[in-house]
Amino acid sequence: MLRRTLLGAVGALALLATAAPAQAQEYDIALISKGFQHQFWQAVKAGADKAGAEFNAKVTFEGPDTEAQVDRQMDMLSSAIARKPSAIGFAALDSQAATPLLQQAKDAGIPVIAFDSGVDSDIPLTTATTDNVAAAALAADKMAELIGGEGKVAVVAHDQTSRTGIDRVDGFVNQIKSKYPKIEVVSVQYGAGDQLQSTEITKSILLANPDLKGIFGANEGSALGVINGKKELNSSVVVIGYDSGAAQKAAIMDGSMAGAITQNPVGIGYETVKAAIAALKGETLPKVIDTGFFWYDKTNIDAPEIAAVLYD
Amino acid sequence: MATTDTAAKPGLLAGIRGSGAYHKLLAFSGLIALLVVFSLASPNFLQTANILAILQATSVNGVLAIAATLVIITGGIDLSVGTLMTFCAVVAGVILTYWGLPLPFGILGAILAGAASGLVSGAVIAKLKVPPFITTLGMMLILKGLSLVISGTKPIYFNGTPDFNQISLGSIVGSVIPVMPIPNGVLILFAVAVIASFVLTRTALGRYTFALGSNEEAVRLSGVNVDRWKIAVYASAGAVCGIAGLLIASRLNSAQPALGQGYELDAIAAVVIGGTSLSGGRGTVLGTLIGALIISVLANGLRILSVAQEWQTVVTGLIIIVAVYADILRRRKL
Repeated sequence: MLRRTLLGAVGALALLATAAPAQAQEYDIALISKGFQHQFWQAVKAGADKAGAEFNAKVTFEGPDTEAQVDRQMDMLSSAIARKPSAIGFAALDSQAATPLLQQAKDAGIPVIAFDSGVDSDIPLTTATTDNVAAAALAADKMAELIGGEGKVAVVAHDQTSRTGIDRVDGFVNQIKSKYPKIEVVSVQYGAGDQLQSTEITKSILLANPDLKGIFGANEGSALGVINGKKELNSSVVVIGYDSGAAQKAAIMDGSMAGAITQNPVGIGYETVKAAIAALKGETLPKVIDTGFFWYDKTNIDAPEIAAVLYD
Repeated sequence: MATTDTAAKPGLLAGIRGSGAYHKLLAFSGLIALLVVFSLASPNFLQTANILAILQATSVNGVLAIAATLVIITGGIDLSVGTLMTFCAVVAGVILTYWGLPLPFGILGAILAGAASGLVSGAVIAKLKVPPFITTLGMMLILKGLSLVISGTKPIYFNGTPDFNQISLGSIVGSVIPVMPIPNGVLILFAVAVIASFVLTRTALGRYTFALGSNEEAVRLSGVNVDRWKIAVYASAGAVCGIAGLLIASRLNSAQPALGQGYELDAIAAVVIGGTSLSGGRGTVLGTLIGALIISVLANGLRILSVAQEWQTVVTGLIIIVAVYADILRRRKL
């Protein structure tokens, strides 16, 4: 009996927690993301909430603990479909796994907007994402400028299989090859976005190439690893990072990192919800919504348009 | 939910004659209470499609939790169930996609890989006397690494084996009764539960599983080959993890080598909510099944109600403590 009472109490608590936001809102939009507690995804969530407030939509945001938990993401997606929201935003961890569920959403008449990464399916009406190839090409231009147009550079990236990993490495390396013949990319290595692993990789690259002039760290974890490796070896190599976060911003302020590319995570969340509302109003959407990217360094880190897209 | 009841019935009958019947009735009423609360709170909860989604979400954790139950009843613990599941999924991927062999080889390979890994854990624990916590912690990491090694650190897709996703997603029941498309993965969960329950309550292996957890020394002194039975329990649990590996790979149509760590904690949570004692000697498969259902009903229901994710996690933690505390109170009274 006691147990039943306790469970009832917890159930009631759960109800109370939901009672608050249950105002009459015009739209109900469920976003299923790749992650939840990471700062990048929290920034996406902030953008989605902003659009929700603006367009009078209830927005929920969920994502698994790690980017490996594809099945947990499927459970979240199927619960979201069962809730019968007006629209769904979905950032796929695996480009194929969700196909049956996306079909289910389509059959239920729920429009789907992809964000951050696309899926191997024509069900999503559009994809709100960063053009990673162009963003990494901008990093290559900045690198060339900072090292004076010649010398050896290296790339430390997160992985060779994900879309962002491939696009950022290709974007950087191809831009160097085609535009800067005097710069040589001597090494491209992968540290799984893990700070420590990327540190070790950076140290081995620096030790193997004492005349190295620059390193591009292709995501937050990689970039922080590059900074660590540089500091441990007292190197003066030019470092360019990607994304933001408190540690990376601090590195830019203390000069150990020259600057970084930031995506616009707030814009990704905002555009996803905005596209969902547009779809519900019957407007046609472009195939891809480019949510933009920016170069930032010590000089513009506090500028309002940059500060708005950076996260801690 | 009528289908759940009938499918679980053999386990229920076997279980009530066992020791923890009263607890299971409590856990079961907890589950019913959750179902009632969520049904009243949202019209979208008690829909066939959503109930099937809950069962589907329970299938992998349920099977893993049954594997963990076997080991926990002996007084041991298996932290490697999650990464072993992944390892078995990757083995199936290598056999079916990299080697191109027919489906039965993949199924057999995954289950055998699980049993072999369990055999190794069991042997290290029984023969080398390394504590189960340490052994399976080590195995958890070994298997996590091996999954990455043999997969080439990338997901293996089963696009060359079109029938593979039918293991989890197809519906034999649905092809007979179209209004009840219960996924095969759910049937497999119930089948595993019935078999495990039978083994625990009706066979020598089951009797020794409980005896090892109650008083291993007494079993040894009565002349039983304790090591052999212990190894058999870990190997059986490993084979069950192999089945979980097939279920998850089939559901995702891919073997994801980086997945798996952390899943052992959900499995253990289902086991303790279901009333199995972490100190061994007491527990039931039906209890574990109900525990796993409580976890997925809670996750699904809170999502349907649009509860923020951070609060979902808090509530799940509360439920685990409340469930186990209720069990302690009950035991004190008896």
